[in-house]
Order: sequence, then C-alpha cells, then structure tokens
Amino acid sequence: MTTGARHLADILKRYDAQILKDWIAEQLEVARPEAITESALRGECQRFLGLLREAVQSGGMSDVAGPSWSGVRDMLAELSQARAAGGATPSETATFVLSLKRPLFARLRQEVGRDADTLTDEIWTATTLLDKLGLYTTEVYLKGREEVIRRQQHEMLELSTPVVKLWDDVLALPLIGTLDSARTQIVMENLLNRIVETGAAIAIIDITGVPTVDTLVAQHLLKTVAAARLMGADCIISGIRPQIAQTIVHLGVELGNVITKATLADAFTIALQKTGATIGKGAGR
Amino acid sequence: MTAAATERIPILRTSEFLLVTIQVDMHDRLAITLQDDLTNQIVKHHSRGVLIDISSLEVVDSFIGRMIGNIAAMSRVLDAETVVVGMQPAVAITLVELGLSLPGVRTALNVDKGMELLRTSLHGAPNGAS
Repeated sequence: MTTGARHLADILKRYDAQILKDWIAEQLEVARPEAITESALRGECQRFLGLLREAVQSGGMSDVAGPSWSGVRDMLAELSQARAAGGATPSETATFVLSLKRPLFARLRQEVGRDADTLTDEIWTATTLLDKLGLYTTEVYLKGREEVIRRQQHEMLELSTPVVKLWDDVLALPLIGTLDSARTQIVMENLLNRIVETGAAIAIIDITGVPTVDTLVAQHLLKTVAAARLMGADCIISGIRPQIAQTIVHLGVELGNVITKATLADAFTIALQKTGATIGKGAGR
Repeated sequence: MTAAATERIPILRTSEFLLVTIQVDMHDRLAITLQDDLTNQIVKHHSRGVLIDISSLEVVDSFIGRMIGNIAAMSRVLDAETVVVGMQPAVAITLVELGLSLPGVRTALNVDKGMELLRTSLHGAPNGAS
C-alpha cells in the first residue's frame, strides 16, 4: 500500500498539468454543454487535484473517512451540493471523480511500464480510492435530499393540525390525512393546549378529511377524546362518512359515550345548545 | 414526630363545597392522610361536592391517578360529587397513555367551571341562566 501511495503521489505531482488537461477533456466530452463552463470546471479540478495530492502524501490511502482526507471530503461535499442545486443528477456528480480514472491510469501505465504485477497493484489502489470518493459524493447528495424530505414532513405535520375557534367555548379540529401515532401526539397536544388557552368547553373533531378509519386510528381518536375529557372539555366527533360508519361497526370499535355526528354543522348545533348559545336567521331585524 | 408525619394537604371549605389543592408530590402516607381528612370533612360539614384542583401538578404516575379515582369513589359513597379541575395537557396525555381515563370522575377546566358544574348538578340550572 505504501509503495502504491508513493507512486500515486509521485505521479500526481509530476504529471499534474497533463492529468488536469486530460481529465477536463474527459469530462467535457460527457458533460451537457449547458451544465458547466470550462473555466469553472478547471478551477474545481485544480482544487481537487491539489487536495488529493496532499491527502495521498499524508498517507492513509485506505481510510477515506480519516482526518487527513477531511479537505477532500469537504470539497466534494461542497461540490456535490452545488451540483445538486444546479440540477445535476447523482451520476453526473459522481462522474466528476470517476472520470479521473482514465487520465490517471494512463500516467500510471506510462510510469510503471511493462511490469504487469506492479501495474495491477497500482491501478487497484487508485481505483479503490476513486470509487470511494465517487460514492461519497453520491452519499452527500442523498443526505441533502433526505434533509429536504424530513423538513417537508415536519412542515406538513405542523400545517395539517390547525385548531380553529368556532364560537365562545367551542373549538374545532379539522383532521386531514391519516392519523398515525406521531400525528396523534401532535394533534392531541395542540388541542389540549388550545383548550387551556381559550377555556373551551367543547371541542369538535372533524374527520371528513381522514381517508380511512381502522382500529388504530379509532383508538387514537378515542385517546384524544379521553384526554380532552380529563381536562374538562367534551368532544364531539363529526364528519363521519357512510363507509366509515360501516367500517367502525364492522371492526367492532366501541366509541363509548362519545357524541358522533355526520356533519360539522350538526356538531356545531349541538355544541351551541350545550353552551347555551343560540344562532338564528335574525328574525328580529 | 417527623416532618413527613405532620405534612398534610389542606382542605378548604367554601360555602357549599370542599376544595382540595394538590401542589406537592404525593406519596402513600400523604394520600392516606388526605383520604382520611377528606372523608371526615365531608361527613362533618355535610358537603355535597368536592373540587380537587391539580393545576399545579406537572407530573403524574399511576399511583396518583388511582388515588384520585379512589377519592372520587369514596366521596360518592358519602353522597358528595367529585370534580377534578385544572388538569394540565401533559398530565391528561400521560393518564390516557397509562390507560387511566378516570371513569366516573367529572372534570372541569378550572375551579370556576368546576363549581358551576357542581351547582348545576346539585341545584339544576346554573346561576344566571334561565
């Protein structure tokens, strides 16, 4: 491994300019013309070769995750993110590193000459290294994507659980989408906190936007109702569609003494009655 | 006499009801003392309603949950209704997760609403309503 590292370092140093030139030509051949300009590419390549040389010289060829490679890793991460933002695919980004193989191997062959054993060793060392670096760019790309997905998921959770005040002492919680444990937790906390803030006596949970109700969802709903009751607020479940009513009965879900209504309007009427408020068509006008 | 033995939860008497405010961590001895005191007070004052204010309780466990249920059951035997008031959201969630949804215990958001609830159930219509 050490001889490999020495050769590689030697070659990178000696044929710096040639490798750079061949490498850029290699990349321009496969790249989409609008993706990157030659001058920008030249800058990136030069920087990468410099960092690579330093890293190879300081040893540790096999350990790309080690401290001596941090410069290379940072540069690749930066490049991968920049390329991803520019709309490049992960394979285009990985090509940046992998296309260095041909120019580098050509120089290796030129240097080592006819000694097949040494040449194979050298090429193996170099190819392992470049593969690892290529994979690293893909990894960074995916990490960036995952971060975006996670943030969007979080935002969706926040957005999808509004608690609306309908009247004095009456809150409504229109649920949209499937209820899982994590969402139930957020929904429950939101609702209970709003109950404390507003001093509401009745909360209407509207499930018009919940596509399916299975035993788990029903259990989550009942938990929310039970928690609200413990705090002194009554819950009404509304927006139960015909199919859902059938499903609930078929599943044998026991809703207990929770008031259920088909529409939010019916639930609202009941809520008004319970709080002693009336709403009419304005006959006095 | 140790400090723990003298420690007890105060029971306030309003015109009609008894008000218990739980502000400290409950433990066995304290709970038993409270049950003792409360049942005695209910009998002594012929109280028809008990308000248990747990608004300053931040943490609950199954023990406290069960104890509240017990107190409510005892009061009911003595013909006094119990209303638990001021439960914090986190406490409510914990009790539900523990499977202790306190069946048979009435609840209200604060002491005011709790009193109104008791008056309504004892005398019919609430104050001010027709």
